Amino acid sequence: MSADVEERTLLVELLRKNLLLTGTHVGCDTTQCGACVVHVDGRAVKSCTMLAAQADGAQVTTIEGLAPKGALHPVQAAFRANHALQCGFCTPGMIMTAVELLTHNPKSDRTGNSRRPRWQHLPLYRISQHRQGRRRCRADDARDGLRSGRCIHSNTSSRRIYSLP
Amino acid sequence: MYPFEYLKPADLQSAVKSASASGENKFIAGGMTLLPTLKLRLARPDRLIDLSRITELTGIRVEANRVEIGAMTRHADVARSAELRRALPALAALAGGIGDPLVRNRGTIGGSIANNDPAADYPSALLALAGIVITNQREIAADDFFTGMFSTALKSSEVITQLRFDIPKRAAYAKYPNPASRYAMVGVFVADTATGIRVAVTGAGPCVFRVALFEAALAKRFTPDALEGLSIPADNLNNDLHGSAEYRASLVSVMAKRAVAAALGG
Repeated sequence: MSADVEERTLLVELLRKNLLLTGTHVGCDTTQCGACVVHVDGRAVKSCTMLAAQADGAQVTTIEGLAPKGALHPVQAAFRANHALQCGFCTPGMIMTAVELLTHNPKSDRTGNSRRPRWQHLPLYRISQHRQGRRRCRADDARDGLRSGRCIHSNTSSRRIYSLP
Repeated sequence: MYPFEYLKPADLQSAVKSASASGENKFIAGGMTLLPTLKLRLARPDRLIDLSRITELTGIRVEANRVEIGAMTRHADVARSAELRRALPALAALAGGIGDPLVRNRGTIGGSIANNDPAADYPSALLALAGIVITNQREIAADDFFTGMFSTALKSSEVITQLRFDIPKRAAYAKYPNPASRYAMVGVFVADTATGIRVAVTGAGPCVFRVALFEAALAKRFTPDALEGLSIPADNLNNDLHGSAEYRASLVSVMAKRAVAAALGG
């Protein structure tokens, strides 16, 4: 696609306002929370901290593009199966981030510390896959992720719901 | 953001030429500092010159005794490079601990060095490894490069093209990250180089600095114990809501010992 934008237009603004792809959310708008994560040429990036012009010529994948219409990506299915979301606002960013994590670290699991880079301070970390031949998140992993708490919303309520300390 | 003109030249020559146009021109690499700065309207450049199309600025070259990294090489690529992890693991590990994975997918080594944030990680590596900053005009030794808070020896139309590091006998970086931002509260890079032991500290002061006291002690005996009881004065160290100057002075000793232990394989 092509679009004419002002130089100072952010990638997330192009996606949401010009292209009406509103699955990508703006959380903090200060390069911290990760709600706005999309893939640019296969890399997970914060679309609030990239100019639309910087993505010129690149392939951008948003949460809408992860799976065919009506289907779920395995990571989306795993989030759903394990109730790995609270209000859901930052979930698109969590999923886009998790998808890249699994792309680079297909053996990531709860115990594979040595194989896992430092993802611990992301909204969601510790995801297992290929367990019994299926990709899925484990509910306790999602809990750990919420406890680590980069989700910018409702840490208190997630503690309540998941009975976290 | 205030409006600006955006250019994305395909070669270095055009980039440098654009930077000499009238008005305030800024090079943009990964933009992980510059874009937030622009969004806060703390800067108002007339022109942004994006270096990302210039392919010669990207890549890692490992030779027998040295490593060269293109200025536009992203942190994630430095962290993941199998060659670099063998040749200079301390540097790859440092890159893997910058910010978060999303920042590492955008931020670049040249951008970090040129910005010289007081709490950035890379400046400590460059200084401790006695690295060389290669620009479109000259080569600058690390000892002459960092001139103060957010300031360097770079001139306005000068672009970093590569960073060169001689491979040390042993080296390691130990950082105490701010738990929210992952910037270094204090980070200490210790390197046993051909020209002696070098200890560089980031996060603690307004600009990365070396600690001669620690270097002398480690030259006699390269063990964490050699630093026992040694500390630097808290005067002029950063004092903010994250930690007092005294706390940071204490962290400098602790992180230096941890870096030495890590360099010894501990």
